[in-house]
Amino acid sequence: MTLDDLRRIMVACAGEDEHVDLGGDIMDEHFADLGYDSLAMMETAAKIENEFGVRIPDEKVAELTTPRALLDFVSHVTVS
Amino acid sequence: MTQATVAARAAQTDERTTAVITGLGVVAPNGLGAEKYWAATLRGESGIRSLAPRGMSGYPMRLAGQVTSFVAEDHIPSRLMPQTDRVTRLALAAAELALDDAELRPGELPEYSMGVVTSNASGGFEFTHREIQKLWTKGPQTVSVYESFAWFYAVNTGQISIRHGMRGPSGVLVAEQAGGLDALGHARRAIRRGTPHIVTGGVESSLDPWGWVSHIASGRLSKESVPELAYRPFDHGADGYVPGEGGAILILEDAEAAARRGAAKVYGELAGYAATFDPRPGSGRPPGLEQAIRKALADAGTPPEEIDVVFADAAGIPCLDRDEATAITAVFGPHGVPVTAPKALTGRLYAGSGPLDVVCALLSIRDGVIPPVPNVGTVPAAYQIDLVRGAEPRTAPVRTALVLARGKGGFNAAVVLRKHRKEEK
Repeated sequence: MTLDDLRRIMVACAGEDEHVDLGGDIMDEHFADLGYDSLAMMETAAKIENEFGVRIPDEKVAELTTPRALLDFVSHVTVS
Repeated sequence: MTQATVAARAAQTDERTTAVITGLGVVAPNGLGAEKYWAATLRGESGIRSLAPRGMSGYPMRLAGQVTSFVAEDHIPSRLMPQTDRVTRLALAAAELALDDAELRPGELPEYSMGVVTSNASGGFEFTHREIQKLWTKGPQTVSVYESFAWFYAVNTGQISIRHGMRGPSGVLVAEQAGGLDALGHARRAIRRGTPHIVTGGVESSLDPWGWVSHIASGRLSKESVPELAYRPFDHGADGYVPGEGGAILILEDAEAAARRGAAKVYGELAGYAATFDPRPGSGRPPGLEQAIRKALADAGTPPEEIDVVFADAAGIPCLDRDEATAITAVFGPHGVPVTAPKALTGRLYAGSGPLDVVCALLSIRDGVIPPVPNVGTVPAAYQIDLVRGAEPRTAPVRTALVLARGKGGFNAAVVLRKHRKEEK
């Protein structure tokens, strides 16, 4: 799963904040600063599970606060 | 005003505080925006048409008042699209129109000085329909997390409040068709408790196939298939109503606060409000509408002879039309006051209709015209009401108007609107 996949899923799940450029370097930005609240992240996690078969437990979703952390988690699960 | 003064004032209620309407936001089947809706209403243009055949061909009734000109993407930020039902998109758009009309800029006001009080009777059917379909075809993990609130009666209030940063006293009222007027009554209560600016009203939308089944199940829909004949309140041939979507959001303010901020328009005062509940069926006691009218007039300090027009609930069901005519003649005398029902052009909008009728009443006050009910032929003589009929609006000075609404299940509400004292010549 790539950053582009994550961007696409996040926009599908919760739209795009008009004041945020998701196309930029957002790997270490906090999801909250990008305009995605906890519900948006739960929705994103559900879509990731549907598409990539990786289940992210609800309590884990709250800990994955940046795209880098989320992508690392998904790739770690996919590899192991 | 600081947050602290807002809080201090909220501790006490001042019944003398005058509440005025300073902004109108309309999303109606026959017009987006108050002025377009008003012009269409005066021309007798209807927004009732057949539902698009896709998925609807099997239903015995298909006429509905539809807001066909609404393009959600033009009004709603992409951020809110995945989490909103059509009803909330319409409500957010109506709120925006009302704020613009009032020139009220929430970002410049203390967040606790503004509240949101709306009514809704149906929730978000379309959203839930889609998500429940996912639940039983693809499993629970595919259901949107936003289903948790997107369906909910309270969601219009919540989304308006979040979008505009309005953190003052807010609420939601559910009373079927009467609820929209109850919201206005409660908004005035919030103002009298010290919150100067309230966004209030009601918007509905439940015309997807699942919602439509619920409308049919009420047993009250007209069986007519010709749009002009399907909803003719008070007509001798009335056989039911047509449901619709849309409604109105208004800006209600403490008159002094509105004057202080230099509000450009004051459409009128919310001078009186009352709600009653019908006695249980079979009790032999009369319905509660007449009491609601009398209490609202008393609350406004207005004798019946000062009411210049009545915007009727206009159920379109003969026994209910008769009950309403009886209540009106009991208070105003036979043929004692002009009665109209612009909702014949939109269908019944449940919580949306009361606030939309209030918009009509305020614009009648402004322009000195009463919109007609175009498609009504003969009114039973026993009703003894002066129904404004025909193609032309009736020109008449309107200073004070009464708006009525009844909700299935026994709800009655009445609101008195009065020309604002400062606006009088």
